[in-house]
Amino acid sequence: MTNLFILQLLNGVQLGILLFLIAAGLTLVFGIMDVINLAHGVLYMIGAYLIATFAALTGSFWLGLLLMLPAAVAVGYVVERVVIRPLYSRSHLDQVLATFGLVMIVNEGVKILWGTSPLSVPMPDILSGSIPLIGPLQYPVYRLAIIASGLAVAAGLYVVVNHTRVGMLLRAGATNREMVSALGVDIGKLFSTVFALGAVLACFAGAIVAPILSVDTGMGESVLILTFVVVVIGGIGSIRGAFLGAILVALVDTLGRTFGPILLRAVMDPAAAGQTGRTLAPMLVYILMAAILFARPAGLFGRRTT
Amino acid sequence: MSITAAVRPRVSMRIWFAILIFAAFALLPVVSALTDDPFLLLIGTRIVAYAIAAMALDLILGYGAMVSFGHAAYLGFGAYAVAILSRFGVTDLSLHILGAVTLSAIFAAITGAISLRTRGVYFIMITLAFGQMAYFFFISLSSFGGDDGTPLQARSTLFGSQALESDLTLFYTALALLIVLFALATRIVGSRFGRVLIGTRENSVRMEAIGLAPFRYQLTAFVISGCMTSVAGVLLANQAEFVSPAFMSWHRSGELIVMVVLGGIGNLTGAIGGAVVALLLEDWLAMLTEHWRLVFGVFLILMVLYSPHGITGALERLRGVRK
Repeated sequence: MTNLFILQLLNGVQLGILLFLIAAGLTLVFGIMDVINLAHGVLYMIGAYLIATFAALTGSFWLGLLLMLPAAVAVGYVVERVVIRPLYSRSHLDQVLATFGLVMIVNEGVKILWGTSPLSVPMPDILSGSIPLIGPLQYPVYRLAIIASGLAVAAGLYVVVNHTRVGMLLRAGATNREMVSALGVDIGKLFSTVFALGAVLACFAGAIVAPILSVDTGMGESVLILTFVVVVIGGIGSIRGAFLGAILVALVDTLGRTFGPILLRAVMDPAAAGQTGRTLAPMLVYILMAAILFARPAGLFGRRTT
Repeated sequence: MSITAAVRPRVSMRIWFAILIFAAFALLPVVSALTDDPFLLLIGTRIVAYAIAAMALDLILGYGAMVSFGHAAYLGFGAYAVAILSRFGVTDLSLHILGAVTLSAIFAAITGAISLRTRGVYFIMITLAFGQMAYFFFISLSSFGGDDGTPLQARSTLFGSQALESDLTLFYTALALLIVLFALATRIVGSRFGRVLIGTRENSVRMEAIGLAPFRYQLTAFVISGCMTSVAGVLLANQAEFVSPAFMSWHRSGELIVMVVLGGIGNLTGAIGGAVVALLLEDWLAMLTEHWRLVFGVFLILMVLYSPHGITGALERLRGVRK
């Protein structure tokens, strides 16, 4: 039981790290640019497809990852220029519609370019296999590597946001956009940077998770909604909130699915517990979100909305 | 005085447009018989059902500025009310609608009360998340087919008769419901309640200042809208004779918003027109290419960028009416 718990805890943290990488960009785009971007999940999917292609072309996961990053920047730049930029001054409703259109375009475009059958990305040799944790407990090295690289990116992001000039502008932009532009900061350039940064983080998440998932057109969808929950819980515009929210959501989801039915079995008969557990587990994160919002409508670290 | 004078003729104009649309719908079975294409009736029923849903969504989106991105959930509640009640031997359409409306009212009251504590982007994302919650609930409902859904044994009965098994009766029943609900929605919008709702859309702080609690009005509108949408779900389940969680995916919620905006928000007739145009466009594009979503996505982006007020806006520009 303890072993299962540790295993699921690690799985939860790994999912949380991925969610954080996606949510960080999303929350910045919301917070600084005041743009609701439904196409953010699609960027995660593009990251996975890009590394699948580049890894197959070069025969190496690492070269693929290296090529994926500039491609991700390019994708982010083009999307911002063509679709997002005209939407800055528009209502949230318009942004929802246009980015919803973008989701349709990209999903269909991916089907045309890569076909509908799922792709797989080979795991790099150096990171395959498992290492022993405690006693007989083994854990795949690659998943640990995901956790490590995610934490490294989170730390890097922390340094950039809190100790650099760009980070200062980011924080200022998330607090009061009008004031920042009134002080003579080139807001257009700042927005492009933020969007490209978010795109790279989402693509990176998609790329590193590609070897342990099948890469298909639906992969952006489920993640997008979970990421929304993370951003709402953490508070829009807050990186710290995104981190805590991501870990919280992932742990509740992962542990709830495994231990929900086990806990329920203590109070009801096994068959009913299994059915109730399966029904309740996927709803847990939304119940968590509702509870947090009930207490704090602007999320854990959000500014109060008026 | 001058304001009412300017508004009145346009409102009645819209009602004339609506009557025109209803008349065109009523003639559809004739077309279907003449062209010997019984499939038209099923397409017609589907369009009428979505018109109800779009109108219901416009009630809160257009008149209350509440962008609900989870409205497909209510379509699902309506559809599953048919499936679940039928399974337990309750087959009458009126009871199916009653069940759907009750379930939707409860869900809308709870999630609406939580969602309305927030504004703007938060509201959009929270309604989306609640919609997904309902979606996952029905996916895990294995006795009703889970992810795959389940076919209906039979359509709802109409006061004990099997009349709805005929596509023609189902179509006219749907149309009758659309007309009744349109009349109801028009009354709501024109009532004191509707005026307060529009007031909260324009400036909720000011409404509060003159002594009205916006929250109560918004929540009531949210619940009414959810219930109305679930009626569309009941019709859709009967039309397809099949229910599945696909009725409530977030893409469906997005399509409902597209219909409302396409027609021009804050305009019940426009929402109906928007549903007609969006569904016909989808069907037409799907006939031309299997990648119709690509074309539809491009159309959506262009519409947002170049025609923000939808069809109504374009028509009014043609007629030289200025907002």
